Amino acid sequence: MRWSKGRRLEAYSALLFILPNVLGFAVFTLFPVAASLILAFFNWSPLQGASDFSGTSEFAGLANFWHAVGFHQHVDSSWHANDAFFWQYLGNTVILMAGIPFAIIGSLFIANLLSRKLKGVPLFVTVFFLPSVTSGVATYMIWQILLNPEKGLINAVLLAMGMDAPPQWLHDVSWAKPALIIMGLWSSIGGYNMVLYLASLQSIPQELYESAEIDGAGGFAKFVHITWPMVSPTTFFIFIMSLIGGFQGGFAASYIMTKGGPAGSTTTISYYIYNLAFSNFFEMGYASAVAWILFLITLAVSLINWNVTRKRVHGEVFV
Amino acid sequence: MSGAPDISSDETRPRGKQPGSGRLRTVIVYGILVALGSTMVLPFLWILGAAFKPVGEFADPWKLFPSHPTLDNFRAAWNMVPFARFFLNSLFIAIFVTAGSVLTSALSGYAFARLRFPGRDRIFIGYLATMMVPWSVVMIPNFILLKAFGWLDSYYALTVPALFSAYGTFMLRQFFLGIPKEYEEAAKIDGCGYLRIFWHVILPLSRPALVTLALFTFLGHWNDLMGPLIFINSEDKMTLPLGLERFKGMYSTDWGPLMASTLLMLIPMLILFGIGQKYFTKGIKLAVDKG
Repeated sequence: MRWSKGRRLEAYSALLFILPNVLGFAVFTLFPVAASLILAFFNWSPLQGASDFSGTSEFAGLANFWHAVGFHQHVDSSWHANDAFFWQYLGNTVILMAGIPFAIIGSLFIANLLSRKLKGVPLFVTVFFLPSVTSGVATYMIWQILLNPEKGLINAVLLAMGMDAPPQWLHDVSWAKPALIIMGLWSSIGGYNMVLYLASLQSIPQELYESAEIDGAGGFAKFVHITWPMVSPTTFFIFIMSLIGGFQGGFAASYIMTKGGPAGSTTTISYYIYNLAFSNFFEMGYASAVAWILFLITLAVSLINWNVTRKRVHGEVFV
Repeated sequence: MSGAPDISSDETRPRGKQPGSGRLRTVIVYGILVALGSTMVLPFLWILGAAFKPVGEFADPWKLFPSHPTLDNFRAAWNMVPFARFFLNSLFIAIFVTAGSVLTSALSGYAFARLRFPGRDRIFIGYLATMMVPWSVVMIPNFILLKAFGWLDSYYALTVPALFSAYGTFMLRQFFLGIPKEYEEAAKIDGCGYLRIFWHVILPLSRPALVTLALFTFLGHWNDLMGPLIFINSEDKMTLPLGLERFKGMYSTDWGPLMASTLLMLIPMLILFGIGQKYFTKGIKLAVDKG
């Protein structure tokens, strides 16, 4: 096939349009992804730290992966994880995702309230959106002080409500995770997910509700039989994105508020990868392997979700 | 737009059958919204008060606003750490990266959406596939790469890799696909080249999407902690998040200056959100019209 002059001009122009982005993409995303996969099969720890890369490297095969997920038997025939930290931090990551269902229900609840035609809705949207827009180091600092056991506002309220010994929050192994989950709810409940739900709710045909009302359906019945099924593609999308975010997240909040403690109780997998690669022993090969395991976990979770939920979700699935 | 008349006719439609219970319901809805809204705003009000509190007044958590507001905390923060330096570094990096990455994303998004060239869809799928890859996967090779370039501990490390965004390309491509082709056809008949169509037709029609992407790109880099933490060592190149984090370690007992700096870190985000808000809600309406 010979291309016309116009088609050739179009293709050359397109090349110029995509060139900057594709070049950057190749150097700073594509190459690093490939390099990271190769690195994961090597033992490579630049011993002098970040300033010197002369550390020895050797091919390790699957040993890095096995070190993370595998188990070994002791002489007393009990089984132990090769890397107990990996499992502890993976557990932390999963537990810290306990807020996701609450965040989803809360977002839908608020969107439902805001989709009534009331005065002042734009103001409320702005107010609810504020925490997610500003979420970051500054809000972590604020929450760290609000959660302070002695001087913080939260425990002052709990004491005033009659609680004798309010939690030590970030200083307590069993309360540090709930504290981070509560902060996560505050920053995500009115955020982008709520906006997605608002759009989704407004696209439900009003006739469905009207004919349900004629059939005598109450508010709850209308929610269960119309609203929930109609927003299910949005719920599905939000759920998958929250799971991916949950598995990959947690670094900045923990780094600022707890440094991963107390006793490693708020160290997530992504925090562990940072520690392995940059703060302790510069185990870049092993850190890459853990990063790839994290990637595979998120991939697997999304695929499983996709297949299980697809049948129960109304209408089209988001891509 | 087709959505607009629907909404207005909705409002004239009789809503509740019993006006009495409808009013009660409205009161309850407002009650819940105000209670939840207060929870959202309270931490911000608290920091606003705390930043102006004199040393003695931190002991009482109930006191939202100081009885003797002072600027001492701001002065102390300004003098104790190179706060102005951190602030300007952050501002420069976030603005530069936002402008650059929105531009490269728009250019490539336009080509992927509108121009025909060999391998177009295959390259685009490559973009999509890498969007799920966690930052922790690319961060180690990126560190090695930047070291090889000699860019560690420089502004290059925080700006150049961030100028190319797969997500931005994806988002703008989707938006450009929704623009009716007739606009471009008219420009083409007038003899416009692709660059002029892109600049004079596509970009002005995409303002809500561009502003939304710019807002989130700015916020993402304004808040970025991991990048500076890994790539930056010298104090004069630190950004606000990293600077504040160091600052926090130094003054674990004296919160005043820390709160003042935290407030100053929030302000640009609030201003930008205020400006972007208009376009942002327009984006929501747009989504509704399409649905």
